[in-house]
Amino acid sequence: MIRDDTRNRFSFPKLVENPRDRSFLASWCFPVEYSVSFHQYQVVGRALPSESDEHPKIYRMKLWATNEVRAKSKFWYFLRKLKKVKKSNGQVLAINEIFEKSPTKIKNYGIWLRYQSRTGYHNMYKEYRDTTLNGAVEHMYNEMASRHRVRFPCIQIIKTATIPAKLCKRESSKQFHDSHIKFPLVFKKVRPPSRKLKTTYKASRPNLFM
Amino acid sequence: MPFKRYVEIGRVGLVNYGKDYGKLVVIVDVIDQNRALVDAPDMVRSQMNFKRLSLTDIKIDIKRVPKKKTLVAAMEAADVRNKWENSSWGRKLIVQKRRASLNDFDRFKLMLAKIKRGGVIRQELAKLKKQSA
Repeated sequence: MIRDDTRNRFSFPKLVENPRDRSFLASWCFPVEYSVSFHQYQVVGRALPSESDEHPKIYRMKLWATNEVRAKSKFWYFLRKLKKVKKSNGQVLAINEIFEKSPTKIKNYGIWLRYQSRTGYHNMYKEYRDTTLNGAVEHMYNEMASRHRVRFPCIQIIKTATIPAKLCKRESSKQFHDSHIKFPLVFKKVRPPSRKLKTTYKASRPNLFM
Repeated sequence: MPFKRYVEIGRVGLVNYGKDYGKLVVIVDVIDQNRALVDAPDMVRSQMNFKRLSLTDIKIDIKRVPKKKTLVAAMEAADVRNKWENSSWGRKLIVQKRRASLNDFDRFKLMLAKIKRGGVIRQELAKLKKQSA
């Protein structure tokens, strides 16, 4: 019996440029790399038509997921909580990705969310400055995970909005509302121009002075 | 020792990591503490982490988030390209690029030129030694 070791599912994927690419997390289940950047989807679905209800009401939802499969799954998760319909007796009519209208413009995003902590459910409002809404949502998930140890399944996004600068509530976003913003970079991060040139040992200590 | 190079709107930076390595870009707006909105005449305006930028001494006069045409005009007015190529940092990079792109014949010519230069220096040194001896 010859064991085929060529399809080694447990090898680390080659590290990619994108620092947000945490595909090593998925390498045990998907042999192919994928990025965990969030995409916004519009999912439209309804219950299956039956004798009692020929034309069931159609529901539309906008949500964030890393891919379409997960988006449809999340759609049923939410719809189950709102109506008596499950994936087995319903159908998804359409799923479309929603793209950022102005990805070169910086906006202040406010995100209202409901999350489950170890002791109960809480509501939260967070603000982020970013060029795209997907970027802000990803930032939010990362921040919730780091600050509150809350993972993706335990977070529900209630609402997102682009906030004009005057109405921002958080100091961390308000401090960048300055058209003559000016600050120095305090120390220089010395790193080789590509990961290939990285070495474990260096001949001399780096000069961090800017 | 106060700081001389600031992250500000109009600051020219050199990209030192990633896809746009080696490009001169202008900071057009600041997103947050780690990222800036960055633009150059030959690229789409995008966000970039400060870790990927090395600030230069060059600063151009623009308002927050200018149109592409205004940006290009301001870069021409401030003569960024010439200032960069005449600065010691810019010159060093040009020389590095030239050295990296030498072919074998060029390296041979370089070797001969170095030997010649060394010979001339040694002759002068010998003259000076004779004078002082």
